[in-house]
Amino acid sequence: MPKLTMPIEATHILMFARAVGDPNPVYADAQAAKAGETGGIIAPPTFPQAVAQFDPDYNLRPKPGEPWFGSGKTASGIEGKPPSGGGGLHAEQHFEYHRHLRPGDVLTVEIKPGKTWEKESKRAGKLTFRERIAEYRDQTGELVITARGVGVTTERPVDQG
Amino acid sequence: MSLQASKLHVGDTHHERVVENLSRTQIVQYAGASGDYNPLHTDDVYTREAAGYRSVFAHGMLTMGLTGKMLTNYVGDGRLTKFGVRFTNQVWPGDTLEVTSTVAALREDGGQHYVDLTLSTTNQDGKEVVSGTATARIDP
Repeated sequence: MPKLTMPIEATHILMFARAVGDPNPVYADAQAAKAGETGGIIAPPTFPQAVAQFDPDYNLRPKPGEPWFGSGKTASGIEGKPPSGGGGLHAEQHFEYHRHLRPGDVLTVEIKPGKTWEKESKRAGKLTFRERIAEYRDQTGELVITARGVGVTTERPVDQG
Repeated sequence: MSLQASKLHVGDTHHERVVENLSRTQIVQYAGASGDYNPLHTDDVYTREAAGYRSVFAHGMLTMGLTGKMLTNYVGDGRLTKFGVRFTNQVWPGDTLEVTSTVAALREDGGQHYVDLTLSTTNQDGKEVVSGTATARIDP
């Protein structure tokens, strides 16, 4: 996968903090943040996941002129059964912070595949787990965040019983 | 305010209710901010009729973000060094979530104090939706 460029912007941090229902001024108010321990606005701990916005090929964003698997005239814009009983789910996510992100940072993000394994489950049939490692480096080349995600595809939708 | 090693004990717990009656609109907000537009989270027609779930459900990362709000309120801004979770059950519109952290260890490394926490986020039925761990820099 090619390296992605992720510019960190104050407005994006503000929107992300609102989305996770966090009114902490350290994410939204430059003056208040300046007076606090961090000396300025920082990004919330799960913000690195928003790198999806900067991946031109990200498969969970509709693209003009391409079929989209969400509903339109019919329940799914792609004929036939959706991939593997409802598609992929997120199983695990881990972040290691060497420092926290600030507006003005321009990150280079390298995403590499990790291990793959399988498991049988009563609630969803055969589970296939895939690990993804993402390294976030800043404008000086310094490693600032390492992320490890595990995605799972299920044989059928997860039983809610 | 940040935590102080001298005032913490292994086994200390802290709770915060991080969302009450989760709205579909908040899930849409999260899709927009994060860039994850998987229709399983925002498109009820697709999710019920094509994917076979009873309704849309929250992104795992929204639940992790809500869990993170409790953590940063507790340990202070910019103090986290590690934060990891496992998504154990889905979170649905209408859910109310509470996060509990427990002090697992207090450590010192090169003069810097750290706290290791275990985390559990549960819904209104007491079902765990996220389990996790975190480490934060703390004051002496």
